[in-house]
Amino acid sequence: MTAFLTIDNVSRLFGPNLSLGEKIAARLGAAVETRSVRAVSDVSLTIRKGETLGLVGESGCGKSTLGRLIAGILQPTTGTVSLEGSPVMEGGTKVTTRVQTVFQDPFASLDPRMKVGDTVSEGPIAHGLTTKSEARRYVAGWFERVGLDPVWVDRYPHQFSGGQRQRIAIARALAMQPDVLICDEPVASLDVSIQAQIINLFLELNRDLDLTCVFISHDLSVVQHLSDRVAVMYLGRIVELGPVAQVFGTPAHPYTAALFGSVPKLVLDADELVRFDTIEGEVPSPLSPPSGCAYHPRCPLATATCSTTQPETRTVSDLRSVACHHYEAQLATAAAE
Amino acid sequence: MTEPVLSVKNLSTHFFTRGGVVKAVDGVSFDLARGEIMGLVGESGSGKTVTGFSLIGLLDAPGRIVEGSVKLNGTELTTLSERAMRTRRGSEISMIFQDPIATLNPMLTIGQQMRLAIDAHERLSPQAAEARSAELLTQVGIPSAKARLRAYPHEFSGGMRQRVAIAIALLHRPAVIVADEPTTALDVSIQAQILFQMRDLARETGTAMIWISHDLAVVSSLASKLAVMYAGRIVEQGPTATLLRDPRHPYTAGLIASLPAMAKPGTPLTQIPGSTPSLLSLPPGCPFAPRCDRADDICKTAPEMTMQANRGWRCFHPVGQDAGVSA
Repeated sequence: MTAFLTIDNVSRLFGPNLSLGEKIAARLGAAVETRSVRAVSDVSLTIRKGETLGLVGESGCGKSTLGRLIAGILQPTTGTVSLEGSPVMEGGTKVTTRVQTVFQDPFASLDPRMKVGDTVSEGPIAHGLTTKSEARRYVAGWFERVGLDPVWVDRYPHQFSGGQRQRIAIARALAMQPDVLICDEPVASLDVSIQAQIINLFLELNRDLDLTCVFISHDLSVVQHLSDRVAVMYLGRIVELGPVAQVFGTPAHPYTAALFGSVPKLVLDADELVRFDTIEGEVPSPLSPPSGCAYHPRCPLATATCSTTQPETRTVSDLRSVACHHYEAQLATAAAE
Repeated sequence: MTEPVLSVKNLSTHFFTRGGVVKAVDGVSFDLARGEIMGLVGESGSGKTVTGFSLIGLLDAPGRIVEGSVKLNGTELTTLSERAMRTRRGSEISMIFQDPIATLNPMLTIGQQMRLAIDAHERLSPQAAEARSAELLTQVGIPSAKARLRAYPHEFSGGMRQRVAIAIALLHRPAVIVADEPTTALDVSIQAQILFQMRDLARETGTAMIWISHDLAVVSSLASKLAVMYAGRIVEQGPTATLLRDPRHPYTAGLIASLPAMAKPGTPLTQIPGSTPSLLSLPPGCPFAPRCDRADDICKTAPEMTMQANRGWRCFHPVGQDAGVSA
């Protein structure tokens, strides 16, 4: 497997801003109490060229933070993200234009006082991908590519519907001619009938432009539909990683199994209401994560080891890995079902 | 059949704006039996929330019910004075909103808020009120309920806050609860827990529920019957399983077909072209016609609800029937 995008042991902490006194004290070696959150802990991943990796998990699991670390919007506290060997960030600034992002909310991510054509051409002009005089034609090309009428370049965001705005946001990302596209819940705020249109657009772009994608979503069916591999996150760690069909078919981590089980499914063949499984309890606070495996308080398979030892990430098969002490038992149960 | 607890007939709610009249709800009719859960599905702007607000009498100007009737246990609600409506709102019909952060008062403890809700309709001693509050919190799955009564909303997680909102809605054992996307803001694992509890609660307490949602999968695992709204009208209604398995209206069929779960991974999804029309400039006739591949000249007149057994649809060219029947 050739690595195109490498995420090497990346962690990100969010802490309070220290006062000057505290900073000096910390420098002098005093133990300053900092209540920091490990939003992402020790994540290592490699993504192949042209692959779409789905990133799933509940809110607060760190999937958006990981997306921002990969996109070069956030600086990792430790570890590096690199694209074909060269880091995405250096000294706190993003040094590549090859990674671009599409955000969740197309109402918040477009400047309401800027013509949408200018929004799309701003980056490409700044980075010399087009010139001011050529910009209009350049933008029109990308508008057509995402299914927008090129005559709309002079309009403002409020003149568009949610689905159209998301297309504009996609055009803005693509106009930078990226190799990697980070999509952070790009269809979550759209209506069902519009969701399908945008999902189809992603499928088409992926195929035509040979993009490498990281697709973040809490909607498992969307991820299943679009991704080649999927990474399941829980409290900042990737607990399971593997090809979509395998992870969805026979989950190796008890959390993956429980998460998939709790998603309401469209029931067509039963006249009785189905009983679906629920996970007990809630996601613990990342400020004080449980000892050992973070999932152990909610896990039906948990034993004494789980509460003391953080499970290592083990390779199950070629493309699959899981961080669980009891993954073999889980796999056996999943296979039996 | 037993007498329905809630009977809505030809309800129309319009908003009189400077830009024109917005027919947010246009001729909506349905019945709800005791303990029954009905899913009200539709996309944003389809009028599902306004329908909910109309039922519970929470419309603000420029919105107004212009036509139709809402009967709760035989009492007509649309003609009630605001004062008379107040005695019923919260005790006979109550509502759960989407965002529990916005519905709970951050300055009061949960116990105080529940006390206020009790006092609005009943005289109870402080001890009895506390006991009732704690009992309901336990019922909706909040551990150590008695101690939690002294906690403030910010001390609860999103899922727990929504449980508190549900407990408050249940305080007076209302006949009907209107739930407006109460699990949309929650994580899937928490959503599953709450959906499950609501099903049991409806069965145990006999409270009927209208569950407003944009998510077909959520209502399919919760509601026994469905109403699908489009541009202010119910375009199709019927028992959940039948309606989802064998939809009649092309819009319902399109919605179901566009779900990623319905297609093989990686293949293009069936999509409904275009977007939802503005309610200010609705085309005459069937509002779905401009997006519909079955539309023809007859669709320029508005279709009536065709009723067949326990289901109905508003379409001249329904899907999935034998050609002979629909002609």
